[in-house]
Amino acid sequence: MSEITSTQKYEAEYFELIKKRRTYSAILLGVFIVLMISGFNVVDDRNAGSFWAGITSIFDFPREVILEASEKIEKIPGLFVKFFPSLIETINIAAAATLAASIFAIFLSMLATQGMAKWPRLIPVFRRTLDIMRAIPDFVIALILIFILGGGPVPAMIAITFHTTGALGKLFSEVNENASLQPLDGLSSVGASWMQKMLLGILPQVSPNYFSYALLRFEINIRISAILGFVGAGGIGYDLKNAISWGKGRYDEAGAIFILLFVTIVIVDQLSGIFRDRLTHGKKSEGLL
Amino acid sequence: MSTNNIETLKSNVNKLFYFKRAWAFGIPIAILAYFTYVFISFDILGLSERGSLKNAKSLVGDMYSHKVHVTRDNRKGDISISIEGEKKGRYPSGEAPEWIELGSTSKINLGNGHLIYFGEKDVVYEVPNYGRIWAEPGLGGVEAEYPNGPLPEWINQSKNRVTITTEAGRLTITRNRTEVFRYFYGWELFFFTLDSQYHGKSISELTSLAFNGELPKIMTDFWYNKMWRHSDVAWAIGETILMAFLGTFGAALVAFPLAFLAAKNITPLAPVRFFFRRIFDFTRGLDHLLWTIILARAFGPGPLTGALAMVVTDTGTFGKLFSEAIENVDKKQIDGVQSTGARNIQRYRFGVIPQITPVLLSQILYYFESNIRGATVIGAMVGGGIGLMLTQAIITQSNWEEVTYYIILIILLVTATDWLSGKLRQRLIKGSLNN
Repeated sequence: MSEITSTQKYEAEYFELIKKRRTYSAILLGVFIVLMISGFNVVDDRNAGSFWAGITSIFDFPREVILEASEKIEKIPGLFVKFFPSLIETINIAAAATLAASIFAIFLSMLATQGMAKWPRLIPVFRRTLDIMRAIPDFVIALILIFILGGGPVPAMIAITFHTTGALGKLFSEVNENASLQPLDGLSSVGASWMQKMLLGILPQVSPNYFSYALLRFEINIRISAILGFVGAGGIGYDLKNAISWGKGRYDEAGAIFILLFVTIVIVDQLSGIFRDRLTHGKKSEGLL
Repeated sequence: MSTNNIETLKSNVNKLFYFKRAWAFGIPIAILAYFTYVFISFDILGLSERGSLKNAKSLVGDMYSHKVHVTRDNRKGDISISIEGEKKGRYPSGEAPEWIELGSTSKINLGNGHLIYFGEKDVVYEVPNYGRIWAEPGLGGVEAEYPNGPLPEWINQSKNRVTITTEAGRLTITRNRTEVFRYFYGWELFFFTLDSQYHGKSISELTSLAFNGELPKIMTDFWYNKMWRHSDVAWAIGETILMAFLGTFGAALVAFPLAFLAAKNITPLAPVRFFFRRIFDFTRGLDHLLWTIILARAFGPGPLTGALAMVVTDTGTFGKLFSEAIENVDKKQIDGVQSTGARNIQRYRFGVIPQITPVLLSQILYYFESNIRGATVIGAMVGGGIGLMLTQAIITQSNWEEVTYYIILIILLVTATDWLSGKLRQRLIKGSLNN
């Protein structure tokens, strides 16, 4: 009979536990719901227009843009040509920044990794440097640099480079931690310098991962570079801002820029997806689903 | 092994080495070529014309120091003293810091032996190791007398304006006003403004006052400091966190049911799956920027618009991530639940959800963390949170100490969320392994 009592005991304990767990979950859920609703109300109060008034007119602006753009449909190809140089500038900002940041991040991440660092005592310094570079939002740096350097693509490029160095540096140093350190011993034994050890011993191991992260970052940076254009640095974001703040009458331009940006983002996303897939899984790609 | 084989092997190896060498030289050359192209197309040489070293200097100086203006209106003869020349930092008339003696001849001590005397109309500046400079503004401009010898380069003299810049400060004399700047390290009035009775008190004095029951008053004076607006800043940071919170979790709530509809193992109908996947792609592909613009038209500027922009874009991201997580669940658990006679809903509740919860939560946390950073940018565009305060401070182009303060706060905020979400995610992943 003792078997039955012990089963009963376990059963009671089990239900006790379940009950406890359910109460905790319910409390957590309650707190979450209260936070969501009260947070929503606070934000709704502080907004210029309320949620319920705006939700009905959410498609008004897209409709106006589409209507005006379709009225002037014959002008759209010309506008594509007109804004293509700014699009190239936006892409160039992202590309140059990603490239420069990758180079900085390679060195900084190696200096911040145990076993590879040239000055092991300074590892925490380089780590914190990367953390801080990552934490400062790029638009802040861009706005400050616009004040010092004037408008144009250079502030945006420097700002994105700065932030990307921090972001990539962290990812790269995670890759570095998984790299084998044995080639370094071999290279040390033949008297290689630190630079040679890194270039010949580490880089070949980690370059596919580096490349994949850098591509991912390039994708993100194109979007950021468009946003930075919107706050004053050059490129297509700047044109978009001008077209939109002009209001009706230049919505055909806004529409054309919308399309250009959207298509560019999609193309870059897809291409980098294919490349990254190949880098991580070898040549055979499974398709894009 | 035949000679033939060795020959082919050798030529293969040579070829390989040739390619490797070409790569090793080709990549740096390509990078260099690209940078050269960017250098030219961004007109980097023209930067020296567009850029302004003066702006850079004033920015960096403002970040760690502040200046006190002593201004005399040369028509009326009034002297006003204010910190950073701001109205909020002006000393009440008749009061002055201890380095200024007001009187019929006011004496301004800039430190290190630099002394300036404001007379009835004229100004005398005694510069150590140089001598005595006398100047008087009049109707015809500014008259000035210097010690003998050539004029040093730190004195800038023209008919209507004399500017003397020394390491102790700056004296500017024009027809209308005579102005002295003295620079101090640190941020001015960070704790208390001049109208507070606690301004200029030391920490020990303040603690003893606090223990004597004045703590609430001290705190209010600090909290509602008119220059630094600590309460507004705290509120703005709260708003930024709130935007990120609503955006991330709102998106998760919308994406969660939709992800089931886009998962291969849950929804057998390919067209339905295709439809939802394309929706996810669309909301993700149309960037934050574009959504923000569209939503700002409907909802007006403010934090709600920012939160909604995050909801829309992250719905796409979460939809994709969640549906992938759902596709990767272990089918055995679902079968096990089914074998006990569970209905469809119960199968999802007990077979699928416990498996994906840790993965989903960790993804949500990761995006919450990145959205906190994003919320500062979006806040700058839609006008909400610390991003708005930051852009407002930058636009004034003079309050760089406030900009520095906000940047430090943002860095602290981002680092804190990084750390917290890292800890939580670690626990989630460990917890799911233990189960």
